[in-house]
Amino acid sequence: MARAAPRVEARPFTRQARVVRTLLIGVSLAFLGLLLAAPLGAVLAQALAKGWMAYREAFADPDTLAAIRLTLLTAAVVVPVNTIFGICAAWAIAKFEFMGKSLLITLIDLPFAVSPVIAGLVFVLLFGAQGWFGPWLLERDIQVIFAMPGIVLATLFITFPYVARELIPLMQQQGSDEEEAAITLGASAWVTFLRVTLPKIRWGLLYGIILCNARAMGEFGAVSVVSGHIRGLTNTMPLQVEILYNEYNFVAAFAVASLLALLAILTLVLKTLVEWRAGRRGA
Amino acid sequence: MAGGFRRPSVLPGFGLTFGFTTFFLSALVLLPLAALVVKASSLTWHEFVAVMLDERAVASYRLSFGAALVAAVVNAVFGFVVAWSLVRYDFPGRRLVDAVIDLPFALPTAVSGIALATVFSPTGWLGQKLALVGVQVAYTWLGVVVALILIGLPFVVRSVQPALVEVQRDLEDAAETLGASPWQVFRRIVLPAVMPAVLTGFTLAFARGIGEYGSVVFISGNLPFKTEITPLLIVIKLEQYDYDAAAALGFIMLAMSFVMLFAINLVQAWGRRRQVAAGR
Repeated sequence: MARAAPRVEARPFTRQARVVRTLLIGVSLAFLGLLLAAPLGAVLAQALAKGWMAYREAFADPDTLAAIRLTLLTAAVVVPVNTIFGICAAWAIAKFEFMGKSLLITLIDLPFAVSPVIAGLVFVLLFGAQGWFGPWLLERDIQVIFAMPGIVLATLFITFPYVARELIPLMQQQGSDEEEAAITLGASAWVTFLRVTLPKIRWGLLYGIILCNARAMGEFGAVSVVSGHIRGLTNTMPLQVEILYNEYNFVAAFAVASLLALLAILTLVLKTLVEWRAGRRGA
Repeated sequence: MAGGFRRPSVLPGFGLTFGFTTFFLSALVLLPLAALVVKASSLTWHEFVAVMLDERAVASYRLSFGAALVAAVVNAVFGFVVAWSLVRYDFPGRRLVDAVIDLPFALPTAVSGIALATVFSPTGWLGQKLALVGVQVAYTWLGVVVALILIGLPFVVRSVQPALVEVQRDLEDAAETLGASPWQVFRRIVLPAVMPAVLTGFTLAFARGIGEYGSVVFISGNLPFKTEITPLLIVIKLEQYDYDAAAALGFIMLAMSFVMLFAINLVQAWGRRRQVAAGR
């Protein structure tokens, strides 16, 4: 993905070029306004349609609070696990030469290519009542599908590549000279990672974690398939938005949606800051 | 890890990190996907074809592929214009616009779904205006297209931007000095240089559009045969506990994903070859 746009070269414009410029910028802004600004504005307008009190009241609903809690809990499990995976994968891929490396990279990216619904479907086929492990789980009274473990699994699947795909190109580009020097001079593996590698990759790592977190909290399709939509128990925030919306409880639906939109905006702000820091350090 | 499998290195940790990576990948991604393939292949050929060629399913493929294709084309055109404006022109708020391009990646699909449905519903801001000219977007196939344009937009802009930065400005200047019109410069120099990037963005947006679920189901109205996308049909089959049909449809979509992944790799390889051939 492209980093922050570089400075535009100052060039003189002919009159014709100025007309074209105005036209193209106008088209761009109109297109983005229709597509991005209007929906975002609609979320805010609808959430506050009946005033601030109604907005606040939406968050007094215990089911909504439970949904927020479940979303935070899921992200708290998923993001660290996928971060550790991403670091491991990047270390193995960027620091060593081995057979089948490009295949491994393609496979890590696989969850991006698969429909979210498929991501949910595969876990239902494995752990659902009629799935492969269904009877075995039923005997032991363990619930995966229509419960939190299923939601965590589906979210893990969906957010699987985020950290890894940020780190792999970064670490490949940085090379391993400094790590090799540290090891040769007698540093342990762990010290080398903490003192040499981590400072070099921290902005890329943070960037991957931010994106991973945003997707983990916002995932809808995959989670919708495995959750069972049990109010107050297995509804995450996006699913709660769906339920409220389908009940024509628009203020509450858009109030929860506004929290998710805020998360998205925060993600973009953090992402821009990280890119700015990384760019300034020439990383 | 002996012999020819990997090149020796003084760095530690290969066994641990490689082992964990392959284990986690297999357990979380490959095995579940294999389960889908196995489940789909447990159907007899006759049953599989019956699910695949079911009239309702065929109508859903037509919508999913058709809408994703139209949306990707729209994105290729407008995404290029946006990328061009961001790379070539300076205007107030350029940095903000550049940051906002990624909004569809960051915004949960359910949120963009209900927001679009509200804006484009016959009583919504834009829906009202469009109704005056007799166009209805929400609850029609056009709504599906609009949702997929939103979802696919960053793919095109973010692939074209770096390619546009790389275009050699001195070549453009030389052509201009030699008397080429701006349109000629654009068609003969800029377009060939960024075409692979546009195609990559187009393919990525198309692939994403085929599988998209969250942002579509709110605006599409979900009428069987008319505005029902294939992922939704899978969800419906699952809700009816028809695991066989869900697995068969899922297998078809998975196969399509692999074809798209292959196409993306081909396009990117083609772009790299052209870059090498151009001596860059």
